[in-house]
Amino acid sequence: MSGAPSEGGTGAPLGDVTPETDATPALDGAAPDSRTVASRKREPCSLLAGVPCVLVIAETMQGKTTGPACELLGLARRLADQAGGTVAAALLGNGGGVVAEELIARGADRVYLAEHVLLGEYHADAWVPALAQICRQAACDAVLISHNAMGSDLAPRLAFRLGTAVATGCVEVALSAGRFVLTRPCYGGNAREIVSFKTAPAIATVRPGCYDVLAPDSGRSGSVMPVQPEIDATAIRTRIVERKRDAAEGVRLEDAKVIVAGGRGLNGANGFRVLEKLAHALGGAVGASRVPCDLGWCPRSWQIGLTGRTVTPDLYIAVGISGAGHHMAGCGNAKTIVAVNTDPEAAIFKDARYGVVGDYQRFIPAFISEVQKLRD
Amino acid sequence: MHTVVCVKQVPNPELAAGQFRLDEQAQKVAPVTGGQLVMSPFDEQAVEAALRIRDTHPGAKITVMSLGPEITRNVLKHGLAMGADEGVLLADTAFADADSYTTALTLAAAIKKIGNVDLVLTGRQAADWDAGVVGFGIGELLGLPVISFAQEVQIEDGVARVERVLDDGTEIVEAALPAVVTVSNELGTPRTPNLRETMRAARKPVAVWSASDLGLAAETVGAAGARCVRERMFIPMKQNRCELIAGSSPEEQAAGLAQRLCEAKLI
Repeated sequence: MSGAPSEGGTGAPLGDVTPETDATPALDGAAPDSRTVASRKREPCSLLAGVPCVLVIAETMQGKTTGPACELLGLARRLADQAGGTVAAALLGNGGGVVAEELIARGADRVYLAEHVLLGEYHADAWVPALAQICRQAACDAVLISHNAMGSDLAPRLAFRLGTAVATGCVEVALSAGRFVLTRPCYGGNAREIVSFKTAPAIATVRPGCYDVLAPDSGRSGSVMPVQPEIDATAIRTRIVERKRDAAEGVRLEDAKVIVAGGRGLNGANGFRVLEKLAHALGGAVGASRVPCDLGWCPRSWQIGLTGRTVTPDLYIAVGISGAGHHMAGCGNAKTIVAVNTDPEAAIFKDARYGVVGDYQRFIPAFISEVQKLRD
Repeated sequence: MHTVVCVKQVPNPELAAGQFRLDEQAQKVAPVTGGQLVMSPFDEQAVEAALRIRDTHPGAKITVMSLGPEITRNVLKHGLAMGADEGVLLADTAFADADSYTTALTLAAAIKKIGNVDLVLTGRQAADWDAGVVGFGIGELLGLPVISFAQEVQIEDGVARVERVLDDGTEIVEAALPAVVTVSNELGTPRTPNLRETMRAARKPVAVWSASDLGLAAETVGAAGARCVRERMFIPMKQNRCELIAGSSPEEQAAGLAQRLCEAKLI
């Protein structure tokens, strides 16, 4: 069994899985950058020295910064202002760096722009070395990444590559006594833990909807720093053969102001046809808890929750959903939750603002006609 | 073809949320009376993925591996009863309270010790901490390619062909073996051990390795070597301010809800 050595010298060949070797620059005392030297003691040390830097990995879609990435810039700005530091953004792509200006308007002081033929769409083997290079160049103290399929794949790799640690799916990132403290749901959403790190930078994936975006200010000034990504061809060990995107119908779940979601209580695929009608009447999107996806009642990509998508609509109508922690982890930040369930004891009523105890097959059609009355 | 599946023992995640308790003093999850420890469901799906590969590659060997105290032997037995061939238990008091980093470090050292491993499978995340970090860490520490969130894993001519889950679809990714693959729930229901396999499992070998067996110094593993410090754990407060919409018929309830949502400018 052999593996190609990876970028940065942290991907030790198989014989060297010991923390004394190059696998952990932070623990061997030989790290080139004093910021990455961790305390050997149990208690975390204060890692912020000089001018702290919070780096945001800017995710873009069709040439625009995504909403969650704008939220991270707002969060980074607040943290940096609190610590008297700066905000950096890493922007990767394959030509067309038009959003760099937008990142500055949204709060970034510096935009590290890496353009390379391999950095078009996300591909871990190319993105991780490029981002590790930017993190080192920016000498950042924290790295913020959106919590979605890409961020969940990217952040742990980057953490190991940089010899540091990561907290995934965070709902809060704060500075306390010079350290980053991160709050995240665990135990299927039943509990939350607050963690800090003995190593730097602190890497976090942050759930969408936890922070407000800053209003764009085109008067803000910032600099764009081109980066020549050093991507070794031998680092590309995986090949993306094919991408199959679900046909996008109507509003994306992440962008929807209104979501109607169904669970086990729908008792079959037909229930989703009823929910689609309601979503259509409200101009919203349809989602689901995990059970109907596993049972094939609806597409996998409709799944909202811990292992699915994180949504933050103004109105979330949960139909036949019990409200288990792992589902609420994906929709708990909705502004208003309405629960429709036959079981008055369902946990969802504890999270909901309004509840309807009853059979959805009778209630939802009646509610659709009420909505239509309002629209007329 | 040798596959190592890393599995974790967790409190049964199917227990009702109302039974979940924290020991505030110890800052640990309080054991539920009558609640058993089980194999983390995503890890069970990783075992299932390994078994499906063996279904098409007869003679392939499957080792289940877990890091934890002696009681963790039970999840290895479960993996063996599902059909795995051998178990490895990484048990040492020095391993206690490992974080994602020291867990990955220990598992990677054990995989190295086994030698000639072609494929490492893990669940996409464990059902206790829900972090989803260790699989990537094993790959990074061993210098192996990692493909995450697999819903299907096929092996052909020394290449892993994986269909993986994206936010809005799937993609097919290939990597030459050896490789690490993390498995998602989309893979489907894992098989249930039958009586015959369960009986056979009792006779399958389980090796027990300590830190020194892996050549790891005690201060580099478990809590001592961890990069992450858990400051606190708590159960989030629920707002519990739900207004139940009254009404003697669905039509009345519908009108009541529409009125509330309209007043709140939500519809």
